[in-house]
Amino acid sequence: MAEDKDLMTVKIGLAEMLRNGVIMDVTSAEQARIAEEAGAVAVMALERVPADIRAEGGVARMTDPAIIEAIKKAVTIPVMAKCRIGHFAEAQILQALEVDFIDESEVLTPADYENHIDKRMFRIPFVCGCRNLSEALRRIGEGAALIRTKGEAGTGDVSEAVKHLRLINKQMKELTVLSKDELPSRAKELAVPLDLVIKVAGLGRLPVPNFAAGGVATPADASLVMQLGAESVFVGSGIFKSQNPAKMARAIVAAVAKYDQPLELVKASRGLGASMKGRSVASISEEELLHTR
Amino acid sequence: MTAAAPVVGVLALQGDYQKHQQMLNSIGVASYLVRTSDDFAQVDRLIIPGGESTVIADLLRRFDLHEAFSSFIRSRPVWGTCAGMVLLAARVNDETVNPYGVIDIDVDRNGYGRQYFSDIYPAHMELDGAAEDLPLVFIRAPRVTRVGAGVKVLLVHKGDPVILAQNNVLVSAFHPELTSSTLMHRHFAFAFARS
Repeated sequence: MAEDKDLMTVKIGLAEMLRNGVIMDVTSAEQARIAEEAGAVAVMALERVPADIRAEGGVARMTDPAIIEAIKKAVTIPVMAKCRIGHFAEAQILQALEVDFIDESEVLTPADYENHIDKRMFRIPFVCGCRNLSEALRRIGEGAALIRTKGEAGTGDVSEAVKHLRLINKQMKELTVLSKDELPSRAKELAVPLDLVIKVAGLGRLPVPNFAAGGVATPADASLVMQLGAESVFVGSGIFKSQNPAKMARAIVAAVAKYDQPLELVKASRGLGASMKGRSVASISEEELLHTR
Repeated sequence: MTAAAPVVGVLALQGDYQKHQQMLNSIGVASYLVRTSDDFAQVDRLIIPGGESTVIADLLRRFDLHEAFSSFIRSRPVWGTCAGMVLLAARVNDETVNPYGVIDIDVDRNGYGRQYFSDIYPAHMELDGAAEDLPLVFIRAPRVTRVGAGVKVLLVHKGDPVILAQNNVLVSAFHPELTSSTLMHRHFAFAFARS
């Protein structure tokens, strides 16, 4: 078995392969095939999409292994699955199921409000959500191979994802202009390891890929988050809660590939039918917000 | 084609094309991200990066690069890594990808298994008179299951050919762009298929 550092190269390597692509939430083998045919780089195997989790309430947990296995059989692209924050037993089960990536996700009900999973203990790479640089670097310190914005899942409102991307970018830029002797106190303020702060100050970006998630519902949304520096896009409810999922899925894939070309975005956006109805983040009460988890 | 300083294109539809571009920059080779059919005219050589071969194949057709890509890879030096190798092969084990058939090999997509079995192995490689360490990073890698008579095997790892070449086509099952070794990029930019 490879050394820790080498294993990290392999984990981050898979995240690199997913760049400039779309990862789609699916709840069945049939949806997984639609996603693959539409050009998804990976699928996230779920029991319910975030919009339904939000609507139905209750405790949201890891997906039934039977659903994950059916989805794995249906497609040739990587299959991801979510476990609850801090629920390392669910993560062990997902690793034993040989999913390709584990999302330690705020969309599910947290199992531990103090501790995240020690992701270095796993061979499968992890993706974690974050709202700011402090959360991103703590997750990377715990062994995450990929960071995504939390956004506000299941809303179809991209504003939180935009807020999180802009904040992380701003906080990274700030690090690049600080002098060396200012970094330790900044690391202390952020409550993150100094070596990671020094690394980000040197690189001007995270040491792992940084994707967008949470509220992306249209090709234009996908273009927006890519232009704000996201390297790929997770789309949850936005596809299978839209009127024509196959068409929407293809359109969002095109929008990510051509995110900086408005004429291509016109083509991608035309005649898609209704996008998911959604719910504005401003209309959601504090207790119902997922990104604060 | 300028013999001394080629412009190396990297197919930039999906995948880790920025990683290849960084490698080319680090060895002082001019690089160019190929996104449209017109872009092929700007480059002397082309790298097809890692990523998802299903997606790259789909986007080549969707954005009308198919014809220009087909003709480029039949005549100019090209190097496919991982997903790129799948696209260049003669036959692939599953129907989700239609390969372009410019190197006479058959491949099994993800033939080494899922991410759980992805790994990195130390290796040593002699190329163009240099003998260097070349870590082999396999990520859901394709496995070569048949090698045609005209194909040269340049490196074997655990019994499987992992670097192969035929005429203008170079393929590798692994990802040199994810390591600090520039050996393969130097070979492709300066030595491979020079007549």
